[in-house]
Amino acid sequence: MGILDSIPHVNAVPSHRPWPRAVVTEAGWQAAIDRLVEGGLTLLGFWGEPTAVHMAMLDEGSAEIAVVTYACTGGTFPSIANRHPPALRLERTIHDLFGLVPAAAHDLRPWLDHDAWGQSCPLSGRNASRDVRPYRFLPAEGEALHQVAVGPVHAGIIEPGHFRFTANGEHVVRLEQRLGYTHKGIESLMQGASLEAAAKLANRTSGDSAVAYAFAFARAAEAALDIEVPRRATYLRALMAELERLANHFGDIGAICNDASFALMHAQTGILRERTLRAADAAFGHRLMMDVVLPGGLARDIAPDGIPALRTLLAEIKKVFPRLIELYDNTASLQDRTVTTGIVKAEYARQFGAGGYVGRASGRDFDARRTLAYAPYDQLSFEVPVLEAGDVNARVWIRIREVEQSVELIAQILDLMEPGEISSAPPAGRGACEGLALTEAFRGDVLVWLRLDGDLRVERCHLRDASWFQWPLLETAIEGNIIADFPLCNKSFNCSYSGVDL
Amino acid sequence: MRKTLLESLTHGSLTEPAPAPDGSALAELAAKVDRAAQARLGRSLAIREVDAGSCNGCELEIHALSNAFYDIERFGLRFVASPRHADVLLVTGPVTKNMRQALERTYTATPDPKWVVAVGGCAIDGGIFRGSYACVGGVSEIVPVDLHIKGCPPSPTDLLKGLLALLEHVSGKR
Repeated sequence: MGILDSIPHVNAVPSHRPWPRAVVTEAGWQAAIDRLVEGGLTLLGFWGEPTAVHMAMLDEGSAEIAVVTYACTGGTFPSIANRHPPALRLERTIHDLFGLVPAAAHDLRPWLDHDAWGQSCPLSGRNASRDVRPYRFLPAEGEALHQVAVGPVHAGIIEPGHFRFTANGEHVVRLEQRLGYTHKGIESLMQGASLEAAAKLANRTSGDSAVAYAFAFARAAEAALDIEVPRRATYLRALMAELERLANHFGDIGAICNDASFALMHAQTGILRERTLRAADAAFGHRLMMDVVLPGGLARDIAPDGIPALRTLLAEIKKVFPRLIELYDNTASLQDRTVTTGIVKAEYARQFGAGGYVGRASGRDFDARRTLAYAPYDQLSFEVPVLEAGDVNARVWIRIREVEQSVELIAQILDLMEPGEISSAPPAGRGACEGLALTEAFRGDVLVWLRLDGDLRVERCHLRDASWFQWPLLETAIEGNIIADFPLCNKSFNCSYSGVDL
Repeated sequence: MRKTLLESLTHGSLTEPAPAPDGSALAELAAKVDRAAQARLGRSLAIREVDAGSCNGCELEIHALSNAFYDIERFGLRFVASPRHADVLLVTGPVTKNMRQALERTYTATPDPKWVVAVGGCAIDGGIFRGSYACVGGVSEIVPVDLHIKGCPPSPTDLLKGLLALLEHVSGKR
């Protein structure tokens, strides 16, 4: 039974691929929210247009996806967040960008809008104005509580964001995040952009996930245009995606240990990360492999020197990494910091549909590469590690196991890849069409939804980072921990700021 | 742990020879040297990194400067946690309007003499985010910039070349 069978809808949109999209009335919208609340479906995405809102949902059992659309006559829509909290930040964003009002919402504070743009509702297509009030953090009341305000400029070399801690002595009573500082207006720059220009923006939505974003964007465009990509191109895309995962996981494992004052691991994984980036540079001409994946295929093939460089890299990782795992596993002072610190409850991971190592360390068995089995992962064999503990230690171990899997995946791809075309040309003269795609970035699933006009230009594109559903869980994970463990918890999440600020 | 430590002692160093300071950076800096500052700072600079809305690509490569291959601290360049301890602000991103005030305040909090280095294509003129309602479009529109390092993102070697040029000028070597 399809998702839409249980949701009353007016009509299905014919040009939406590969999963269905249907327009619903309030009854259908509420029925969809019912399914989210009872846990039958997972919220995958929630985004706006000037006169409509869309929500994407996943049935984790059948791996089916569907999008429902509510037409906002009168500029309002029934709030999802007042019944299903994971939608809250996305809902506040829709309110900020489009001026659409969620009816009966409990929290209508601005999210991305810091009253600095010189305009309100920039994507609404009209001149709107909004009441500006000082931002109010949620209250925490009690004797002996004090607040610590951190950011947007942090002490390390990291992205900007504000954290408001309320603490009782050392212990955190409440953390509230205030993000939006890196909001660049990516979705507005996407409007009217050519596929090539839009792909450049997708690459730079969250630079550490450039390949995953470009991959998701390309697949959404290819789904919309209904085109096949040559097999060699899909293998090379996965090769780059796994290199990106390796580089980021090496960086994260080292940085987490460094935040527990174990600098040796940071130095060692830093070497592996640098070697990975150098191999990526040798193979694809860019250390972060930006602008290689394009709709239709690839901008360029792997360089002849690339394959030996990658084989050398794999051999080096296989030699060094097991020793580092042993080092992590046998250092009691390090484990003392990571074990039982910053626990994400399994029920929250499920409710929020938390992807990546955050979800998988708390028992949520989802990986877009396996569940949705997009090409070429349907041809490759790999395991998806899942743990139950939900602490910093579990998030480290998920990364360690994923490094091992990525090494195997790259080896398989190098063996399976055959010479051939790397690109197919987009068809000319197709009408407006819509596509949706997910890829598994190192930190979780990236969703891209887009609508193209008849001239192959982007009419509307929404990019949803995995961090949307992870950041709120960091607020829960830190509760009861001491402030000094916040950097450790935060690093174990390593959420994207730019990816959610857009 | 002992094995890993011993091995790194007996194996050769991974650290690579310093690249030559970037020629165009030297030219850009030539006009901006302050002799008094040279005397005061010698051959050491404290750097405060400010992300003014980057995609985080530049941050990854700035991070790489501290790994064993580039080992930026051997040049007397080090990253510090507060602008109040800094000589140099290393600014990335197209300066989002939401970060404008934070950047201004960080600049004000940095004691004189100070230098501003704009890193990456976005920091030069907004790059691909230029023209957005949410971006100012270039660091020099908010604070005076002494040096631009191009690239999207600039490689650690490019970053090092630019910073070494700055260091040479500040120390009055050329």
